[in-house]
Amino acid sequence: MNREECNGVFVYVEQKNGNIQNVSLELLGKAQELAGDLKQEVTAVVIGKDVEGVDKLSHCGADNIIYTNNDDLELYMTEPYTKVLAEVIEAKKPEIFLFGATAIGRDLAPRLAGRIHTGLTADCTSLEINEENKDLMMTRPAFGGNIMATIVCPDHRPQMATVRPGVMKKAVPDMDKVVEIEDFAVEIKAEDITYEILEVVNEVSEKQDIQEAKILVSGGRGVGAVENFNKLTQLAEELGGIISSSRANVDAGIMPKEVQVGQTGKTVRPDLYLACGISGAIQHLAGMEESEFIVAINKDETAPIFDVADLGIVGDLNKIIPALVEELKAAKVEKFQ
Amino acid sequence: MNIIVCIKQVPDTNEVKLDPKTGTLIRDGVPSIINPDDKSGLEAALVMKDQYGANITVLTMGPPQAEGALREALAMGADDAVLLTDRAFAGADTWATSLTLAKALEKMDYDLIVAGRQAIDGDTAQVGPEMAEHLHIPHVSYVEDMQKDGDSLVLKRMFEDGYHKIKIQTPCLITALAEMNEPRYMNVGKVFDAYREKEIKTMTFADLDIEAEELGLKGSPTKVKKSFTKGVKAAGVKYDDLDEQEAAKVIVEKLKEKFII
Repeated sequence: MNREECNGVFVYVEQKNGNIQNVSLELLGKAQELAGDLKQEVTAVVIGKDVEGVDKLSHCGADNIIYTNNDDLELYMTEPYTKVLAEVIEAKKPEIFLFGATAIGRDLAPRLAGRIHTGLTADCTSLEINEENKDLMMTRPAFGGNIMATIVCPDHRPQMATVRPGVMKKAVPDMDKVVEIEDFAVEIKAEDITYEILEVVNEVSEKQDIQEAKILVSGGRGVGAVENFNKLTQLAEELGGIISSSRANVDAGIMPKEVQVGQTGKTVRPDLYLACGISGAIQHLAGMEESEFIVAINKDETAPIFDVADLGIVGDLNKIIPALVEELKAAKVEKFQ
Repeated sequence: MNIIVCIKQVPDTNEVKLDPKTGTLIRDGVPSIINPDDKSGLEAALVMKDQYGANITVLTMGPPQAEGALREALAMGADDAVLLTDRAFAGADTWATSLTLAKALEKMDYDLIVAGRQAIDGDTAQVGPEMAEHLHIPHVSYVEDMQKDGDSLVLKRMFEDGYHKIKIQTPCLITALAEMNEPRYMNVGKVFDAYREKEIKTMTFADLDIEAEELGLKGSPTKVKKSFTKGVKAAGVKYDDLDEQEAAKVIVEKLKEKFII
C-alpha cells in the first residue's frame, strides 16, 4: 500500500465479554492528537458480538466507527479477527493503525502486519508525527528498558504500533458528538476457525486494577516476609490507595502477577507512588517513573530508586511504615478538628 | 512427531547496566543466555518427547557465536540443531526476521513449531505470529500449558484476566511463556555429545528461496531512526539521617504540600 493513497488514524478497539477495554479509549485519545497533527480523522474499529457502548466511542475521540458484529466473533480468535482487520485495511487504507499492547493486541497485530506486509512497532511509550515528512515516530524501550529507540516505517502503510495500557491519556469526553456506526460485514467461513475454544475461564478479581489507582504503595524485595505486607496494606488503606509490587515478590509467589509493576508487569502513573524496599532495577523504573510523585524508602542509600524519587528516605521500612501510619492518622484527626 | 523449537541467544538484560556518567549501555561482560521464554518452549517440547517420543530440532538465526545456544539445547536433549547465519540477514526487523526463519522452516519437516513469546532484548512478541503467517499455518501465542490429544494439541492460552483452553490440529505454531515450566539443566551424559560429537547444520542465504531485497535491513519495513538513553530526571530530596518519627513527619508534610492527603 503506498503512502499517498492512505489516510486516517485507526484504532483497534479491544473488547472482552462485550466490554470495551480502557486501553482502547486511551489510544483514541492519542489518535485524536495524531489526527489533529495530520489533519485527518480518527476511526475506531470494533469486532465482536453485541459489544456495549460502541456508539459512545465518538465521545472518546472517534470521528468514524466501523463495527463488525457477528455471532462467530464473540470470543477473540486470531484468524477470524485478522481476516476482518485485513479487509478493513484493504477497504479503508489507513495511514496509521494502533493496538493495545495486550495479550490480544500483541497476537493480532503481528499476524496482521505479516499478512499485509507492513512494519509493526511493539509496546510504544510515545507516538509523534514528524513535522517535516508526516511520518509516525514510534518510541519504545529496548534492551529490557535500558535504552529507548525511535522507530519509523517510511515506505509501508499502514504504520502499525502497539501501546501498553496506562501509557496514553484518554481524551476529554465530548458528550455531544454523535457519529454514524458503519456496519462492516465480513463472512467468517469454517476454514477461518483454525482452532476450537474448549473452555473460557475468567479470573476476574474483585480488586481494583493498579493502573486505575491514584495512590500505590509498592513493595519490593526489601519488604521481606509476607507478614510485612500487612503493614503496607495498612498504609495503603490509610492513604486511600492499593498495594502493588516489584517483580521479586511476584516471582517468589508472595504477590499475584496482576499487581506487578515494571517492564514485564504493568505500567502505572499514579499521583503517588510509594516505593518500599524497592531497589529500582531499570525494568521496574520503566513501569513507574512517569508517576506524578514518587516517595522511596530503602535501607540501601545507593539504590537506583532514589534517582527517580522526588522524596527519598534512607532507613528501615519496617520501622518507618508503622510510624507513617500513625502520623497519617494524626494528620487526619488534625484535619477534622 | 517432528518438533522445531526456535530459540534466540540474548544478552542477559538483567545484567546490563548503564554507565552512570555517560548514560550509555555497558555491554562488556554481559553473559549470553538462551532467551527464557524460548527455553521454556524447548522444555515443553522435551516433555513431549519424554512422554510420546518426538524428534526435536532447535533452530536459531544469529551470528556464528549463537552456536553456543544450540549446543546448550542439544545438551538439554534436543536431537538436531540448525544455525541460520549470514551477513545478509543482519539488521532485520521482526518482519524480515520472521520471513527468513519461515523460509528456513519451509525446508524442514515439522508437525509443531515452538517459539518463545518474546525475547528479553527486544520484547516485541512479533516474530512467532509473523512466522506462522508467512508459513500459512495457525498459531496460538501466550501458551502456558500444552498437552497432546491424539493428532491435536490442547493448549492453555493466557490473557490478563483468565485463559482459553484451545484445541488445535497440527501443523501449527505456538509461542511459549516462561511461566510454562522450569527448564531442565543440561544432561551430564549429553554434554559431551553436544559439545564434541553432534554436528550443527548451518544454513545461509544460498540455502533459502528468498530474494536479497527481502532480507536484513533492506527487507525491513521499520527502521531505527535513533536510539537514546532516557534523560536523567531532576534529583529529588534524599534524607539519610532521620529516625522513623522524623521520616514519617517529612513524608506527611510533603504529601500535604502536594495535596495528596
